Amino acid sequence: MSKPETRSAGHDHEVTHGSYISYVVGFVLSVALTLVAYFAVVNGWMTGWSVLLFVTALAIAQLLVQLLFFLHMSQEKRPRFNLMTFGYAVMVVVILVIGSLWIMYNMRYNMVHEMTPEEVEQFIIEDEGIKYLENDQTDEHSH
Amino acid sequence: MSELKIAPALEAEHQTHTYHKTYFGFWTYLMTDLVLFAALFATYAVLRDNTWGGPTAGEIFSMPFVLTETMLLLTSSFTVGLAMLAIRSGKRALALSWFIITFLLGAGFLGMELYEFNKLVHEGLAWHANAFMSSFFTLVGTHGAHIAVGLLWMIVMMVRLAQKGITPNDVRRLTLLGLFWHFLDIVWIFIFTFVYLMGAANV
Repeated sequence: MSKPETRSAGHDHEVTHGSYISYVVGFVLSVALTLVAYFAVVNGWMTGWSVLLFVTALAIAQLLVQLLFFLHMSQEKRPRFNLMTFGYAVMVVVILVIGSLWIMYNMRYNMVHEMTPEEVEQFIIEDEGIKYLENDQTDEHSH
Repeated sequence: MSELKIAPALEAEHQTHTYHKTYFGFWTYLMTDLVLFAALFATYAVLRDNTWGGPTAGEIFSMPFVLTETMLLLTSSFTVGLAMLAIRSGKRALALSWFIITFLLGAGFLGMELYEFNKLVHEGLAWHANAFMSSFFTLVGTHGAHIAVGLLWMIVMMVRLAQKGITPNDVRRLTLLGLFWHFLDIVWIFIFTFVYLMGAANV
């Protein structure tokens, strides 16, 4: 029974630590996930949106593998400040990346290249299936 | 207050406390660095189609080359973990050899990246060629700069390890270096996926 006590002194000194096994498992999983993503793209297993979602899912899976097996985030003792700051950072990252793409996509959509403002308006009306009344449309152009 | 005598047990507790604070402080730095990379990823995602008539991402990258780069960095992230295990069990020579292997893998990665940059510049695809190349060089170059800093840090720590052995302060510094190195590999997973794989897949 004295063994856990003597170990705890040295144990407390370390923040989080791994074992040889955890690094090997993390490494093997990371290599496997990298290779699957690589060959899915290079050998053209799928195209378009499905390949985009597939490699993104694999990247997130590898992120989780490395957080668990290389950074040992699951071993952190409460209160889990590292996990909290990580969660906050992920939130900022998602807002920043998705938000930028969303805003810029809409801007591009509303300012289609090499079109006059009238052509852009016509393009949006047709694309979104909006039908103005005849006098509404003339009213719009008179402004 | 400065003359206060600290009993050895309290001193050890104080050191542990400092260690936890340092670890958390460095972790917070890494999280802000993550936000920096997010801004660069967002910029790249928005600008990557603006090639100004030049070649697209799918046409300029050599995929086997990039896979080799990725494997070098991934293996170095694994070996730095093994180096830290050796440090914790007090095996200085073993730790030093794992750090040397990590350093060589990291240097190989950086060398390959610089070779790729040089090749692109000579093909007339420098950072000023178009918006796509600007965002590419900024994103990948910033990651490369982090790797270069990590390699310098590793040299300093290897010299200290060889001269002074495993001291408590250096264990703390090496833990942070290991954390930094794992973090850079995680950022690279996303560069590999969003820049290279999605470029090659033409999505």
